[in-house]
This record gives sequence, structure tokens and C-alpha cells, in this order.
Amino acid sequence: METLTVQIWRGAETGSFASFSVPKRDNQTVLDVVTEIQQRQDQSISYRFACRVGVCGSCAMTVNGKPRWSCRTHISSLKSSVITIEPLKNMPRIKDLVTDMTGFFDKWGQAGNVFESDKTRQDAPAKVDPSSQQRKAANAAIECINCGVCYAACDVVSWNDEYLGPAALNRAWSLVNDERHTGKQDTLVAAMGAGGCSNCHSQGNCMTACPIGLSPTRSIAGLKKMSLFSLMGKQDG
Amino acid sequence: MMTRHRLTISYMAFVLHRLSGIGLICFLPFHFLVLGLGLEGEAALDNMLAYTDQPLIKLGEYILVILFSLHLLLGIRVLIIEWMPWPDRADGQGGLRAGWIFAALGIALILGWIFIDGVIA
Ligand code: SF4
Ligand code: SF4
Ligand code: FES
Repeated sequence: METLTVQIWRGAETGSFASFSVPKRDNQTVLDVVTEIQQRQDQSISYRFACRVGVCGSCAMTVNGKPRWSCRTHISSLKSSVITIEPLKNMPRIKDLVTDMTGFFDKWGQAGNVFESDKTRQDAPAKVDPSSQQRKAANAAIECINCGVCYAACDVVSWNDEYLGPAALNRAWSLVNDERHTGKQDTLVAAMGAGGCSNCHSQGNCMTACPIGLSPTRSIAGLKKMSLFSLMGKQDG
Repeated sequence: MMTRHRLTISYMAFVLHRLSGIGLICFLPFHFLVLGLGLEGEAALDNMLAYTDQPLIKLGEYILVILFSLHLLLGIRVLIIEWMPWPDRADGQGGLRAGWIFAALGIALILGWIFIDGVIA
């Protein structure tokens, strides 16, 4: 039977790769491979996953140098029988493939990610026109599952600790385009602050890496435009 | 792989843009020096112009024309990414205008060639 050579990062910030041999199968994802190793060869390996089908966003790892969802990355798509698996970049390493995502999520808050409303549950649901430009812009950004893949792919995040990063700013963009959100101005101010949208170099590493094909680059470009218009005194760009 | 390919050319644009910018920063003081000599009188300017007639300096100017065109075109690309509407495709990838990086490189080389043609011929 054909085998795969799998190198898995062991340790935290310092550590080394451990090498494993795993049988190659017809249908096999990177997550399947890690699970097989953890179940049959070395139970001490730590990694995260939950849904196994690209819904929860917990299984992201650096596979052969690129950040990806391990559960939706087929081994056959890697076109290599040597597979290197490391934790996501741009996040502190806790153990093996597990990173500390606290900083990543804190930045969502710093980018003004909390939805605010002046309505209560007694009010009728808001009527939002799905074909409006604003709603389309919000929808284009809304499917994010907070996996951190784009954040790991972003050079500016690796250079500048302050930078809020693609995911948090993408969330801010969908919020400022949500007509029910009453805190639009606060969100915009947060998203255009010191670590905000103007740090982005617009070269799109984040969008080429996002497994669902979202485009934080586009969202951030929208924020840049909106922040300039707001400086010039026009609220809605 | 398509994604890796896109990532690489986008990164190339990023690096080219920065390097051409640094190249221009190094060149501009000399450029202004020459212009300034023109104000000081004909002799100083003529001396400098004779100096810049050397092949090595010509080569340097040729490179600078390319750097300048490249920096301008890549800058325009970034402005378009940030200011123009993005094509409404589901995957949103079209807005990156990755193909333009090669176009910018091509146009810059052509402009460099036109410069050489004009200066040497
Ligand atoms: S934008 Fe895409 S890559 Fe980034 S966190 Fe959301 S789902 Fe993940
Ligand atoms: S486009 Fe902006 S957010 Fe995306 S990877 Fe580049 S710098 Fe980061
Ligand atoms: S395990 Fe849920 S997205 Fe991969």
C-alpha cells in the first residue's frame, strides 16, 4: 500500500517535527490523517476540530506552507506524498497544532464587531431590501466562520502586532452596511483607527487563502473609501 | 495550484512596487541636483550633462524609466482595486486584477525600450 510521509509540528514556540507514516487512501483529508495518527500512533498529539465539514472554523492549520481548513483539504489536492502540518501562523503556539486565538478574537472586538439595535423583541422584524446595494455589500462579507486562515495569510499582520487583520475588518464592513445596526459610526471609527483598514496593502493574500472565497480585501477597500468619505463629511460614501 | 499562483504574482507586485519606489527615492536627489545645476549656469549643467552621456549612466537612466513606469502603473492598479467597483462574481477574486501585474511589467519594459530608442538612435 502506498504511504504518506507526514511531518507534524510537536511543541510550542520551540519544538520540532515528528515524522509519521500513514497509508494513503482514496478519500482522505488532512484532518483524517491527523486523526488517524492521533488514534493509532501517538495519542499525545493536540489539535482542534469539531464539525469536520467546513462549518465550525476550528480545524485550520498550515499545510505544506499554506493556511487551510484541514477538514476540507483533500490529500489528493496537495499533489505530494510528503505532508507538513504546522499550527497557523501569526498566532502564539500553545501545543503541537493548537494556537492561542485570543488575540485574533480580541481584535474582532477592537474593530467594533458588536451589533447594536434600538429595537426590542416586541418590535416587528426589520424589513430589509435584499436587492439594495448596502445589503448586497453586507451579504458578500457575512459568511465568515472566524477560522483565522486569512489572518494567518496576511503579511501585514505578521509585521504589525496592532493590525486588526482581514477577518475583523471584514466583519466591521458587513456591520457598517447593516441598516439595522445603530452603532455604524462607532464601528467605522474603530475600523479606521490606528490598527485599522489603512494598514492593508490591498494585495489580497487573505482573499486567495479564504476557504469560502470571501474577500476581506474588497471589504477593507470599502472601509477605506467609507472612512475617506466620512472624513470629508459624507456619512454613506 | 491556482491559489498559489495568484498569491505569488500578487506578492511580486507588492515587492516590485516597493523596490521601484526605493529606486526612485535614491534617484530623485540626483535628478534635482542636475536641474539645480541648470539654475547655477550653463557650464555646470554642461559638465553634468557630459557626465551623464556615459553609457553606464545611460543604462541607469534606462532602468529608472522602467522603475518609474512600473511604480506608476502598479500604483494605479492599487488605486483601482481600492476605488473602483469589484466585479460581482461569487468568489470575488476578479477584483484583485492580478493579470494587470504582467501588463504593467510589459508596458514598463516597452516604455524603457522607447526611451533607449529615442536616446540612442
Ligand atoms: S474571512 Fe474566510 S479565512 Fe477569514 S476568518 Fe472568515 S472564513 Fe476564515
Ligand atoms: S489584502 Fe490587506 S488584509 Fe488581506 S492579506 Fe493583504 S494586507 Fe492583509
Ligand atoms: S472541523 Fe469544522 S471547519 Fe474543519
